[in-house]
Amino acid sequence: MSNTLFDKVWDSHVVRKIEGGPDVLFIDRHMVHEVTSPVAFLGLKSRGLKVLYPERTFATADHNTPTINQHLPVADPLSANQLKALESNSKEHGISYWGLGHQKNGIVHVVGPEYGITQPGATIVCGDSHTSTHGAFGAIAFGIGTSEVEMVLTTQCIMQPKPKKMRININGELGKGVTPKDVALFIISQLSTSGATGYFVEYAGEVFENMSMEGRMTVCNLSIEMGARGGMIAPDETTINYVKGREFSPKGEAWDRALAYYKSLKTDADAVFDKEYTFDGSTIEPMITYGTNPGMGMGISNAIPKAGEVEGGAATFAKSLNYMGFQEGEAMMGKPVDYVFIGSCTNGRIEDFRAFASIVKGRKKADNVTAWLVPGSHIVEKQIQEEGLLDIFTEAGFTLRQPGCSACLAMNDDKIPAGKYAVSTSNRNFEGRQGPGSRTMLASPLVAAAAAVTGVVTDPRTLIQ
Amino acid sequence: MAYDKFNILKSSAVPLSIENVDTDQIIPARFLKATERVGFGDNLFRDWRYNSDDSPKAEFVLNNPLYSGKILVGGKNFGSGSSREHAAWAIYDYGFRCVVSSFFADIFKGNCLNIGVLPVQVSPGFADKIFQAIEADPKTELEVNLPEQTICILSTGDKESFDISSYKKSNMINGFDDIDYLVNIKPEIQQFASNLPI
Repeated sequence: MSNTLFDKVWDSHVVRKIEGGPDVLFIDRHMVHEVTSPVAFLGLKSRGLKVLYPERTFATADHNTPTINQHLPVADPLSANQLKALESNSKEHGISYWGLGHQKNGIVHVVGPEYGITQPGATIVCGDSHTSTHGAFGAIAFGIGTSEVEMVLTTQCIMQPKPKKMRININGELGKGVTPKDVALFIISQLSTSGATGYFVEYAGEVFENMSMEGRMTVCNLSIEMGARGGMIAPDETTINYVKGREFSPKGEAWDRALAYYKSLKTDADAVFDKEYTFDGSTIEPMITYGTNPGMGMGISNAIPKAGEVEGGAATFAKSLNYMGFQEGEAMMGKPVDYVFIGSCTNGRIEDFRAFASIVKGRKKADNVTAWLVPGSHIVEKQIQEEGLLDIFTEAGFTLRQPGCSACLAMNDDKIPAGKYAVSTSNRNFEGRQGPGSRTMLASPLVAAAAAVTGVVTDPRTLIQ
Repeated sequence: MAYDKFNILKSSAVPLSIENVDTDQIIPARFLKATERVGFGDNLFRDWRYNSDDSPKAEFVLNNPLYSGKILVGGKNFGSGSSREHAAWAIYDYGFRCVVSSFFADIFKGNCLNIGVLPVQVSPGFADKIFQAIEADPKTELEVNLPEQTICILSTGDKESFDISSYKKSNMINGFDDIDYLVNIKPEIQQFASNLPI
């Protein structure tokens, strides 16, 4: 029988199937952060349970950590309390803990792959919807709720009905200035924010085959924004070269066995998907969002659509544009920008900072723009310094902050003020996502850089040599 | 965590017809800093419900005394975005036991089922009928019958059945959760783990 990549990984992790119910799915790797875990640990305590496999569990603090002066005590008492709870829970249960100040601290979906915790063919969960990031390695990775965090801590399993399967094929060559972020925002704009709900997605075709691991992570990261639990890309040489030799990757004979397994992880030629889409990569433009969900995206040179041209109710559409202070039918280009944020689990990797640097090099930050450059991890931070990108940023009037989730969800002090416009490389433009009243335009690092140096929404292609 | 058993719920309902209500609206991230599951209902729909000076926004449905009840009726694609279970906790803590929509986001739906809030997915046409019935009479009652898997608008008699897996249905009726089940099969899980390929 022919199977998809998703079937192969899922089926090999099913401990038991419940009739008229979900599958009991074994989880290889569990990543834990400070916000969605404390109540789960309390649950363990109240039931008198222990963590079953501490060696499969990894904790890092990222959501509400500050991105400046990380050597100082965390000022917000609630954040400090949550960070302390993660530390003491990790210690009590023997879980590796990479807290603030630790050299491995960083955004959970950035450090997981960097240290080889993320492996092809693994099942990976975290109490965070962007866990889908790890699907870039051909893993089944998805976000879970706190009750499920508790289940995984104490039994290493969750109970899930098997999702349906979708494949998104994109062939052809991407145009100048078109990045993996644009590919993802394009797909979401075509499928809508609920178009893949109930499905697990496989991305296939030349565009993804030619992408770096960083690019694949950006695409898979955004799978949740079209409603999918996760998205995955079959492992290939690019994947194997990335994984090999990392701290938690298999070594010696174990690596040889793992390699044989990784190479088996592809969809059979005649396997059938429940739904399939095909797009031409050469038609994708640099993208930007104009509304209050990630499905409200458009090519940067287009006009904001009219209510009748988009799926969904007119009242919802009008509420969204009203919140943004935009009119239907008007251009996005030239709109003033107050803040630029580059970072997050979507675009906080070295390639993203290289892209940002390629545009700001030799230019100056616009006076009306406040820019926050936040690396996803200390490894990224170090690479930025070593590759000379920091010098480019400094020369152009930018400063680099310290790793964390930062303005993506504004749980720390990195909040966009009410009414202000941000071009953000993060993943969600929901009302108030980046701070109460903030107005977010999602875009790629190139579009963010173009906005940062011009002070308005600008097509980055006009600034690329 | 144990929750109230769910059998038949008869209640008036609160209508929120806007589409794509994401979990950042249900509970904004800045209210996720608790280390215990208490008080989330106070911040349910915080930024739609209150002005920045904490005064209530009169136009928001939760501040309208005409509407009340244990059932929240949402627009299409309810609960999209973040996996925060706090969204479901906030809904439960506020006093809702059931959310009705023509379409739910996946993780939110699962979170609801895990904490004792029943997500009832109805057809778009039936959702419209519910909104119309509430508009005609805000005190209109809905009857959600979990054993029979039906939802009925009592004032009009319109009725529709809804899907739920027999496993989750039995959990909801008995107030059980998945951890009870998983802890009981731990030896089988450990046996499975010892035979994994890598």
